[in-house]
Amino acid sequence: MIRLLAMREIRSLFAMPSTWFMLAILQFIFSWFFLNTLQTFLDLQPQLAQLANAPGVTSIVTTPLFNMVALLLMMLVPMFTMRLIAEERRNQSFVLLLSAPLSTYQIVLGKFFGLMIFLALLTSSIPLMIWTLALGTELDYGLLLGNLVGLLLLTASYVSLGLYISSLTAQPVIAAIGTLAVLVGLWLADIASTVASAPWHLISPLYHFQNFNTGLLDSSDATFFMLFSIVCLLLTMRRINNNRIYG
Amino acid sequence: MFKATPDITLSACNLTRHFGNHLIIQNVSLEMRRGEVLGLLGQNGAGKTTTMQMLTGCLTPNSGKIEICGINLSQQPVLAKSNLGYLPETPPLYRELCVNEYLTFVARLRGVKPPAIADALTQTKQSCGLESVSNKIIGTLSKGYQQRVGIAQAIIHKPTVIILDEPTVGLDPGQIREIRALIRELGNQHSVILSTHLLSEVESVCDRVEIMQHGKLIYSDTSAHMREHGKVSGFIVDLRNPPPPSALADIAGISHVEPLSETKFRILHKSADNPKSTLLTLAEQHNWQLEQLTPLHASLEDVYVKITSAENANDKPPTGTPI
Repeated sequence: MIRLLAMREIRSLFAMPSTWFMLAILQFIFSWFFLNTLQTFLDLQPQLAQLANAPGVTSIVTTPLFNMVALLLMMLVPMFTMRLIAEERRNQSFVLLLSAPLSTYQIVLGKFFGLMIFLALLTSSIPLMIWTLALGTELDYGLLLGNLVGLLLLTASYVSLGLYISSLTAQPVIAAIGTLAVLVGLWLADIASTVASAPWHLISPLYHFQNFNTGLLDSSDATFFMLFSIVCLLLTMRRINNNRIYG
Repeated sequence: MFKATPDITLSACNLTRHFGNHLIIQNVSLEMRRGEVLGLLGQNGAGKTTTMQMLTGCLTPNSGKIEICGINLSQQPVLAKSNLGYLPETPPLYRELCVNEYLTFVARLRGVKPPAIADALTQTKQSCGLESVSNKIIGTLSKGYQQRVGIAQAIIHKPTVIILDEPTVGLDPGQIREIRALIRELGNQHSVILSTHLLSEVESVCDRVEIMQHGKLIYSDTSAHMREHGKVSGFIVDLRNPPPPSALADIAGISHVEPLSETKFRILHKSADNPKSTLLTLAEQHNWQLEQLTPLHASLEDVYVKITSAENANDKPPTGTPI
């Protein structure tokens, strides 16, 4: 059932022209940025050659590229999550799911995984672009993998937060702005506090992404993302149940 | 073999629901049998839609119990809802999908086994007249077709209980007739509840009528009986050369004479003795020149108005009554 709901989400997304437009624009931005960082590496190469333990092409290209994608996703994810529940409510199609023989967790997870699969497809071009460098050089696959896992976890936390905020309202625009506000707020809390030990860092998903970004797999960061996502998903389920109770 | 399907398909007991301080539904009890079509009538805001939402599990009642095919809706919602088909006021459509995609999705959602889906799809499309639009995007269809897709999604898994909230809204007269025939047909094997404003719909389709007002069921009977309710015995007589009204009132059995025009009179009598024949003989004798004699028919509409206004008179609206 979860798979059925997820597939329905994806099919609906691909049935809309706006999705294809977004895919095209994003692909353009991703590749532009990739070529830019690659150019930086090529410019730096003569100086790097003189260093004893110089950073490789993977870290010079991958780290800024994934960092940029993480920031971009922060602004993109709300545009996709706003549709999940708020728009279904507005179109009155949510009743179909409520009156179908489904548990609340199936509805929530179906929507969550549907969007996760779509976003995985959307960002899959990035590792592919980096992989093309393997034609000419040796790549640091560990760093690449660390970044991919980090990005996946980060996206999961964004999507679950967006899903929760989408379940609070029947207005997709409010859901989008609300999610964006919370995500940007968390990000600002992170970058605005200059003290390294400030607790503000700990609540920001982007802060926890930094370790992954530099190729460090830290279980406490992974735990943060999982807890963040699970709490948001549980809140969403609670909200949908309350919807039945309070109308 | 043990009878797997109980005769009573849906039972709701003492449903109560309030939103904040407003009591919307109070003590509504319903019972449906297999092969029955129930019409839920009522003015705007009477609580028809809320009742239906509660019966389909979209809204939890504050108190009361709902059983679908003997399964408690609040305790085993998934199992209970698999016997249910629901068309809300606005059909729940994914406008970006095509009709086939949408109906396949709904069929799987409602637990139709994958091998049976193709059959269910063809059958449902045929009975709802959707064959010609199979591959069209739902958003591009006209309102009438969207409504039909809405009905199709409610019946594709052949549920025991079908709940339709104003199913014929937005359809043209030809389509209305088709959909009514379809509902009638469905009603032979399933239980159908439909809410409507159209009394003609109740007259032609429903076996039983429940009238709701201010969140209460105020009247419940078969639709044939309902027409009997408040029946007036009388006729309108048109005489080209009429006698004074008093002469008519003197005829044995006539209780009331009301002149409608120079030549027309509305005559009421006790239901037991019909003075029609006496009147005819007298008309012959006195050369009243009888033109027309039409028996008075109580339409369902009159009865409906009579029932609801009677209720209105001795009951002030409880919407807004603090609890």
